[in-house]
Amino acid sequence: MNVAYTTSRPHRTGVFFALLLFWVLLSGSLAPTTLGIGVIVGAIIAWLLPGAMSFFSDFRFSGRAVRAAIAYFGYFLLALVKANLRVAGLVLSPALPINPGFVKVRTRLKSPMGRLLLANSITLTPGTLTVEIEGEWLYVHWVTADAPDIEGATHEIVEGFERYLEVMYG
Amino acid sequence: MSGLLEILGAAVLFAGTVFLALGALGLIRMPDSFNRIQAGTKATTLGTLLVLLGAGLLAPTFAFKLVLIGVFLLFTNPLSSQVLARAAARIHAPKVLGGAVDRFDEDHPDAKGGRA
Repeated sequence: MNVAYTTSRPHRTGVFFALLLFWVLLSGSLAPTTLGIGVIVGAIIAWLLPGAMSFFSDFRFSGRAVRAAIAYFGYFLLALVKANLRVAGLVLSPALPINPGFVKVRTRLKSPMGRLLLANSITLTPGTLTVEIEGEWLYVHWVTADAPDIEGATHEIVEGFERYLEVMYG
Repeated sequence: MSGLLEILGAAVLFAGTVFLALGALGLIRMPDSFNRIQAGTKATTLGTLLVLLGAGLLAPTFAFKLVLIGVFLLFTNPLSSQVLARAAARIHAPKVLGGAVDRFDEDHPDAKGGRA
């Protein structure tokens, strides 16, 4: 089984800019000294870790991808709130009406970063938790397994996010 | 000082702590590791985000850094839950299944676990 969670080609530039962006936001200053330190340290880290992933790994820099990223973020926040209300309702209900199962879903996404974001999104949304990824297959623990077959589960769990992630990362 | 912002901030902070408390309740009430991870991840993510938002409303100068903390949280929280869940699945942690499917065990007979 392939356990090397690195992207196929080096992403030093993307990692460098992601690090620099976080450094600037964290330090809250654009003074030459601060910026200089950020550039030097960021470059060293990016050079030492050619396999590292960042938000920008495999990201397709196009207007369409950026629009999809914004739409994805909104959709994700909405799903996060729904997930919480649902789990809160389950926890508070005296009967604890759960019907847990492990379902298998398939993703069309090819890029490691896209798959990582998909797995994270699934984990943070209604009653689903990614347990294992094997290639294009994801095993998902589902508190209320309403659609146990592969097609149904994929439709319920994956397709909402995949629409956006496919445009962003492919 | 704008009183309205403070009241709103306090209300959002409180809502956050309610979700965190529900997450803790979920840890106690849920029957197996996987369901507990579910309750733990979701409730704490929104709970912490709301606490950060409330803090941002109370102290707007911190807002930028609070957003960064939120982003880190959104990436690390599900990741750690997934790693926990994967480890639990691989070491045959007891599962509670509601009469539904278990595709993981079907495909990984060597990891066949007991039932809680």
